Amino acid sequence: MSVPDGVQESRAAWRLGIITPRRKKIFFGLLVAAGLVLPHLVYPVFLMNVLCMALFASAFNLLLGYTGLLSFGHAAFLGTAGYVTGYLLKAWGLPVELGVLAGTAVATLLGWAIGALAIRRSGIYFAMITLGFAQMIYFLAVQLPFTGGEDGLQGIPQGKALGFIPLHDPYALYYFVFAVFALGFGVIYRTIHSPFGHVLRSIRENEPRALSLGYDVARYKLVAFVISAGLAGLAGSTKALVLQFVTLTDVHWHKSGEVVLMTLLGGMGTVMGPSVGALLVVAMENYLTGFGDWVTVIIGSVFVAGVLAFRRGIVGEALHLVRNFPF
Amino acid sequence: MKRVASSLMMAALLSLPAAGRAAGKVSDGVVKIGVLTDMTGFYSDLSGPGSVLAVKMAVHDFGGKVLGKPIEVIAADHQNKADIASTIARKWFDEDKVDAIMDLPNSGTAFAVMPVAAEKKKLTILSTAATTSITGDKCTAYNIHYTYNNWMLANGTGREVVKSGGDTWFFITADYVFGKSLEEDTANVVKAAGGKVLGYARHPQSSADFSSYLLQAQASGAKVIGMANAGGDTINTIKQAKEFGITPKQTLAGLLVFISDIHSLGLETAKGMYLTTSFYWDYDDQTRAWSKKFQNHPDNAKKAMPTMTQAGLYSATMHYLQAIKAVGTDQAEPVIAKMKATPVNDFFARHGVIGPDGLHRHDAFLVQVKSPAESKYPWDYYKIIKKIPAAEAFPSVAAQKCPLVK
Amino acid sequence: MQALFGQLLVGLINGSFYALLSLGLSIIFGLVNVVNFAHGAMYMTGAFFAWIGLSSLGIGYWPTLLLSPLAVGLLGVVVERTMLRRLYQLDNLYGLLFTFGLTLIVEGLFHHQYGNSGNSFPVPEALQGGSNLGFMYLPRYRAWVVLVSLAVCFASWFFIERTKLGAYLRAGTENPRLLQAFGVNVPLMMTLTFGFGVALAGFAGVMAAPIYQVTPSMGSGLIIVVFAVVVIGGMGSILGSIVTGIGLGLVEGLTKYLYPQAAATVVFAIMAVVLLIRPAGLFGREK
Repeated sequence: MSVPDGVQESRAAWRLGIITPRRKKIFFGLLVAAGLVLPHLVYPVFLMNVLCMALFASAFNLLLGYTGLLSFGHAAFLGTAGYVTGYLLKAWGLPVELGVLAGTAVATLLGWAIGALAIRRSGIYFAMITLGFAQMIYFLAVQLPFTGGEDGLQGIPQGKALGFIPLHDPYALYYFVFAVFALGFGVIYRTIHSPFGHVLRSIRENEPRALSLGYDVARYKLVAFVISAGLAGLAGSTKALVLQFVTLTDVHWHKSGEVVLMTLLGGMGTVMGPSVGALLVVAMENYLTGFGDWVTVIIGSVFVAGVLAFRRGIVGEALHLVRNFPF
Repeated sequence: MKRVASSLMMAALLSLPAAGRAAGKVSDGVVKIGVLTDMTGFYSDLSGPGSVLAVKMAVHDFGGKVLGKPIEVIAADHQNKADIASTIARKWFDEDKVDAIMDLPNSGTAFAVMPVAAEKKKLTILSTAATTSITGDKCTAYNIHYTYNNWMLANGTGREVVKSGGDTWFFITADYVFGKSLEEDTANVVKAAGGKVLGYARHPQSSADFSSYLLQAQASGAKVIGMANAGGDTINTIKQAKEFGITPKQTLAGLLVFISDIHSLGLETAKGMYLTTSFYWDYDDQTRAWSKKFQNHPDNAKKAMPTMTQAGLYSATMHYLQAIKAVGTDQAEPVIAKMKATPVNDFFARHGVIGPDGLHRHDAFLVQVKSPAESKYPWDYYKIIKKIPAAEAFPSVAAQKCPLVK
Repeated sequence: MQALFGQLLVGLINGSFYALLSLGLSIIFGLVNVVNFAHGAMYMTGAFFAWIGLSSLGIGYWPTLLLSPLAVGLLGVVVERTMLRRLYQLDNLYGLLFTFGLTLIVEGLFHHQYGNSGNSFPVPEALQGGSNLGFMYLPRYRAWVVLVSLAVCFASWFFIERTKLGAYLRAGTENPRLLQAFGVNVPLMMTLTFGFGVALAGFAGVMAAPIYQVTPSMGSGLIIVVFAVVVIGGMGSILGSIVTGIGLGLVEGLTKYLYPQAAATVVFAIMAVVLLIRPAGLFGREK
């Protein structure tokens, strides 16, 4: 792919010394500080929503941006984990941590099962297989009685984190979600920057070469898929906890399309891109509601403009600007 | 310095309740109504912008002020997604000082918003959501279900159609909770009235082609085909029933059909169908006067007549504002108590009483769709077959089993 | 047994719609290399143009059958000329995303103008009524749909696979530079091909207008299924998409008879299985 995209921009930024380890430390430090202060300035439920979707998009980006695999069925993992967590908390009264963990574990297993079959194909066929499996998961969600069908699984209890932090308090819940996000984001960050991540990128650039260098390409792809599915599940479980319900929207293919939009908009293949994209999309959904039926047209136009003119995404374009800025 | 600050604080604290009293008992100095609805999707023609208009008309006709404070209306599109609905609701209650949320098409969003409102001690007044359990096992103390529910639709149509000879039924049911509960409710009514259910076909929501289900219905030989689906699904079922030569021989019974659906289908296709509605614009002088005002309102771009949920919202808003005026505060508990204590009698509701479970019980109508020859003027669509008195139209308080009612 | 025949016939009718839609999609993918997500929106636009033509200009069904696809094709040509062609040299992921955005815009605009519950388009007089086949009543219009769809599908296949112009088209996808060197205007050819594929979708829309309610969302439910059809048939294979379209219509009809709840899902199950066994689809060639 000779496309100017986020991946090349972030690599160039490294090479040219725009991103240095020191600057990165400062940047992430500022980010954490902002994350801690923000709920006192912005509406916390909105922020929690953003964090969940940002984790979801970042997990997706691990696959699209760093491995070059476009999954069109990632909502299956988000939704399944949400349903599992919701059901366990509600019906079995499990502690919060166990519920979230169980949801993530089920999504990981599901990712392993679907991934093992899907990675045997690539390109548009890979996307279609993942879509096919996701549609089957959607079918199950409609049919199985515990999901509540289109009414959704409602009234999920929030309980207490670590047995004493009451999560029905929006601030306590926010910091819990923030911690989960930081954990998930950290896993993704470590994966990208590990030797494993470098192999993934070489697969994305040139799969035959990676193969001829002796890498077990299929195995690498599968592991990336499973990590991505598991973290998408973590996002889904957390989202179920925040909103206290899970509905069919979370497993619908529109959600799978939405995560592509977030990633593309923010800049695929960049560390921060998906989160920025998630922020933008969630904000559009929540704050454009006053425009009535123009919302679809606006989102569509953003999509078209992004594809035609800003393929690097917001973060990618920003890096590009910085790189070409005469210091 | 510290002492000054603390004494300032004390003064501020002491003056707070007094300030509150002086300003009247309206929280934040404004009564704010949020209309949370579906502006673009499945339900947008039968609620959507028309719902917002109905609420705004009510506020305007009320005089725009209550207890000397302005009344504001805001609206948002929940896109039929529960997560968006609940996020908007929380934001409205926490930041925008909304006192009541109205409409809420589709029970998924209703169930997502009702607990939020109960937690914040604010009102929800539902008009378009239909599930019976809204005031049944999932009822809350802060909710009123105003216009209709599944039980009303199932009973009105089911019982009366059986009585008039349609005693064998086949159901075409949307395969989701709403469709299945509508089918079950109606099937029970049909059996209780002495009819027989010969079978059912369940289809995924938003199917385009219904011919295979219609063929099954045809093969069953049932006199009546009950459509336990909604919106575009119902419209396509009716259209294709005519195409396959089913309708003159077998009768269709619409379990959730709005006048907007009939309008888009045309009478030629829809004629002869039975349905239950809680409002028809051409019932008497009162309904005609209000409906024409609604139709000719400059904000009603499509010049459509009101559906029952839109008319219900106007009535509900009036009832809500009058209760605020009567109790002298916009606090949810006294207002809701007053609303339940006051009977409703206006252009929309006859013999209306809001029960302790929050369900508004009022008269309903069984109607039949006219043929093009019978229709004399635009929107002249229904023949009223029977007026169903409130006590028969809705389930009793005991039957609802709302846990709040002991 | 009678019921089964009825269901299979209904399946054949739906299958011919699938064939018509997947044919256009397949031509566009095979010859222009764009995964056209907006195909459903173009189908909807075709139906709407027919309805608008009838209700505000008084154009009847027969002229519309030609005019509406033409208008949709023209729209496609404009989109291709002004925007889509900039994406040709990129990964076809971008084409998919662009047309996805386009779908949102088109559906949103129609929704804003005409609302959601849609409009009825009457069956043309000559095709009203129907005949009793013994095992079911077949409306005349549905029989017409099957015949016309099959005729159009066959004509398109013949044109692309058996004529000289069709050979140019196929050559253009294999080696555009060489073809250009022979003096063929390849970019123009691509534009016209895209326009033609999209016009086929518009044509399917007009065919569907008297059967289904004309609503802004009528295409979005269909597009995913049609995608699956194209993938099963083998992306870019003309014959594959026609045969698979009809075949899947039949399978769906059978499912509606045996287990109706799964009717919307069975296509995806088949797709996943087929792709795992035959990576390039039933009729596709591995590249």
